[in-house]
Amino acid sequence: MTAFQLLFYLLSAASIVGGIGVVWSTNVVHSALFLVLSLSAVAGVFLVLFADFLALVQILIYGGAITILILFAMMLTRVADEAVVSDSPQKPWGVAAAAAFFGITAYAIYNTPWNVGTAAIQRVPFRDLGVSLFTQWAIPFEVASLVLLVGLIGAIIIARPEDRE
Amino acid sequence: MIPLQHALIFGALLFSLGLYGMLARRHAVMVLMAIELMLNAVNVNLVAFSAYVAPGAFVGQIFAIFVITIAAAEIGLALAIVLRVYRNKATANVDEIDLLKW
Repeated sequence: MTAFQLLFYLLSAASIVGGIGVVWSTNVVHSALFLVLSLSAVAGVFLVLFADFLALVQILIYGGAITILILFAMMLTRVADEAVVSDSPQKPWGVAAAAAFFGITAYAIYNTPWNVGTAAIQRVPFRDLGVSLFTQWAIPFEVASLVLLVGLIGAIIIARPEDRE
Repeated sequence: MIPLQHALIFGALLFSLGLYGMLARRHAVMVLMAIELMLNAVNVNLVAFSAYVAPGAFVGQIFAIFVITIAAAEIGLALAIVLRVYRNKATANVDEIDLLKW
């Protein structure tokens, strides 16, 4: 087993442990911190799969921005005061759905003849990624920026306190 | 080299955890965290396919960048909605928010 493989299995195990923590922990703040562990480990998996740029973006956006946003939302909905939250009565259905999904997917993964090339995985240079994002994928890129703008304005309008008079 | 199947199984496991969390949690913020897990699982799959099935063509990575963008917009809007609902109904449990149920 090479160092790369060892790293992949360690990181994915860390991510799965973090994911279990997110859905298992009864304390919401612990849950959010487990989410950081899980998403940072996914960034490591991206590095092992030679997606350097995505690993950076993952740490910046998920490790930083989204976690802070979630912690702020918890602070403002005072869920941290109660701390312990109960699970929904549809928990058994959740277990069944997740197990069924995993079973079917695993079966499909191992029974599909993947057209995997013998070429080694190659690192994608940042330059190529950037050039392709601004030429070949320019229109989706602009649409994505429009979506972000609409999301920004919408979030402000929804969360703004209503006028008192 | 890691077999492609192992990366896909990792993605499927993460997605199943997210699916379970989304169905079994009551608090809206917890449901959102589970959705983030699922989006990440999808990104892992896209990156794995991009690296193994079409090395050199990095379309999967571009898709993953767009998924992250949409996820950021989604979590911002969803948390704004959660704050709004909490202000109006003093609860953030998804089973108590039933205004649209007859």
